[in-house]
Amino acid sequence: MKQIIEELERKSKQLRLNIVEMIGYGKTGHLGGSCSIADVVAALYFYKMKHDPRNPQWEDRDRFLLSKGHSALVQYAALSDCGYFAKEELGKLKKLGSMLQGHPDMMKTPGIEANTGSLGQGLSIGCGIAAGARIDGKNYHVYCVVGDGEIAEGQIWEAAMAASFYKLDNLVVILDRNRIQATGAISERFDTNPLSEKWKAFGWYVIEIDGHDMKQIVEALDKADEVYGQPVIIVANTIKGKGVVFAEDTAVFHNGMMTQEQFEVAREGLQVKGIS
Amino acid sequence: MGMQNQRTIYGQTLVEMGREDKRIVVLEADLGKSTMTYLFQKEFPERYFEMGIAEANMASFAAGLSLTGKIVFINSFAVFVSGRAYDQIRQSIAIGKLNVKVIGSSYGLSDFGDGATHQSIEDIAIMRAIPNMTVLAPVDGTEAKKIIRSITEYKGPVYVRLNRNDMPDVIAKDWEFEIGKPYIAREGMDVAIFAHGLMVSKALRAAELMEKEGISVRVVNVSTLKPVNENAIKEMSEGVKGIVVAEEHSIIGGLASVVAYIMRGSELPIEVIGIEDVFGQSAESYQELLEYYGLTEKEISSAVKKIMGRSV
Repeated sequence: MKQIIEELERKSKQLRLNIVEMIGYGKTGHLGGSCSIADVVAALYFYKMKHDPRNPQWEDRDRFLLSKGHSALVQYAALSDCGYFAKEELGKLKKLGSMLQGHPDMMKTPGIEANTGSLGQGLSIGCGIAAGARIDGKNYHVYCVVGDGEIAEGQIWEAAMAASFYKLDNLVVILDRNRIQATGAISERFDTNPLSEKWKAFGWYVIEIDGHDMKQIVEALDKADEVYGQPVIIVANTIKGKGVVFAEDTAVFHNGMMTQEQFEVAREGLQVKGIS
Repeated sequence: MGMQNQRTIYGQTLVEMGREDKRIVVLEADLGKSTMTYLFQKEFPERYFEMGIAEANMASFAAGLSLTGKIVFINSFAVFVSGRAYDQIRQSIAIGKLNVKVIGSSYGLSDFGDGATHQSIEDIAIMRAIPNMTVLAPVDGTEAKKIIRSITEYKGPVYVRLNRNDMPDVIAKDWEFEIGKPYIAREGMDVAIFAHGLMVSKALRAAELMEKEGISVRVVNVSTLKPVNENAIKEMSEGVKGIVVAEEHSIIGGLASVVAYIMRGSELPIEVIGIEDVFGQSAESYQELLEYYGLTEKEISSAVKKIMGRSV
């Protein structure tokens, strides 16, 4: 297991480097929320999920939905690393005609399951997939990443009720609790706390972890498999911009751009083989 | 002319199709006894989801189900499913061209007692504006059944508006419905009336009245509001002195807008019978509201005569 954890940590560092390079070269993209969830995304794509990059439509695959779709960069980095598409595509992020849109687009990108990013909708889509899996007698899991700013959307709570009412235990939500939304600290704007208590009250099995501790992430994802009769939410305490020193815990890099100097600093801090 | 209820036929047709095709799944937002989806619930509880009074979640949930290969019908009143779930239909369903059928019950003023909040005067405008959407308004019970069957074969998002009240039969039983194909309900040479829903039978009555005055009126049922067959509309407008559009919908964004757009550049006069840019209200009967808002054969007749240059 120690070896697996180390490998996953290396992967998440690489995802962050990809994110930084996409933004540094492409001059566009959401850094903060992509980096905060990078460890979870690495654990999902390189450890937990059953999936086949050569057959993205494989019926029995686990599904991943990025409800906070603006963090698409981290998913694009993971998908390209898995081989869903060529690494060169990362350099075309958000360019006209690119398969990599500003928000996940199932019509354009192999490995993307649905169109998400109008906040609050991905969880409902995940519930529907989980319900469909049950009708079909399938055993796959649906993993859905939701933001802590995003859960101000009322639809999230409609979905939260539906998931527990229909006992969707094949659904696992990871709540990226980075505590900062586009304009600043969530607690100072429209406080969505307390989180665990709310989800418990809505009938969910709640696991709270440090979202940057790979061992905790892996254990929580494994634990979710053993929960029956209710949906699972992993409340991942994270740091916005994690891994990019000057971007950590600030709203500036929700979608702000780096200077050339910052770009160099960021790359240096994430020394693994990159995309260029 | 017989009368049939579109909602009842819809509920029965869902059950029939549910027996034939296991992929059909039905979602409801606590209006099942009104939309008649409770019939499906009784027979196929495992493929029926009561989503509570939460239309937004219902629409995105349906998107998820469709991603597992299901043919999903979501249900509510037209005003709620097109309004409350608009963004979910746009984002979760339409961009991905997902196989979700959005059924808007009690369209227009047909929910006469409940007033402005429950009467959908803009659902066609809203749904037509969304790329990838097909928008349908069956004229009677028979066409409702044909449409529900047809859209089950079609892969992609569709919006259908259904009337709350019994409607006179219009189309021939052996008419083969195709998405986009208008139906000539009555032939005539002087004026062409394009209409959908209940207003087609009002137009047919107007045509009878006009016949007595020596005016020959063609009545066309345009049950596909998107994609509209532009050539068919142009062909059906050939040789007439003018066009009347009649619809139980706002004059903004419905069939009137469609016909005006298609006939742009033409010198044919176009008259519109529709709901002006106002909300509905409660009344004791459907007919009372139709008269109040000018959706009658009398108003249609006046429009025809205006085109013919005669005094109204």
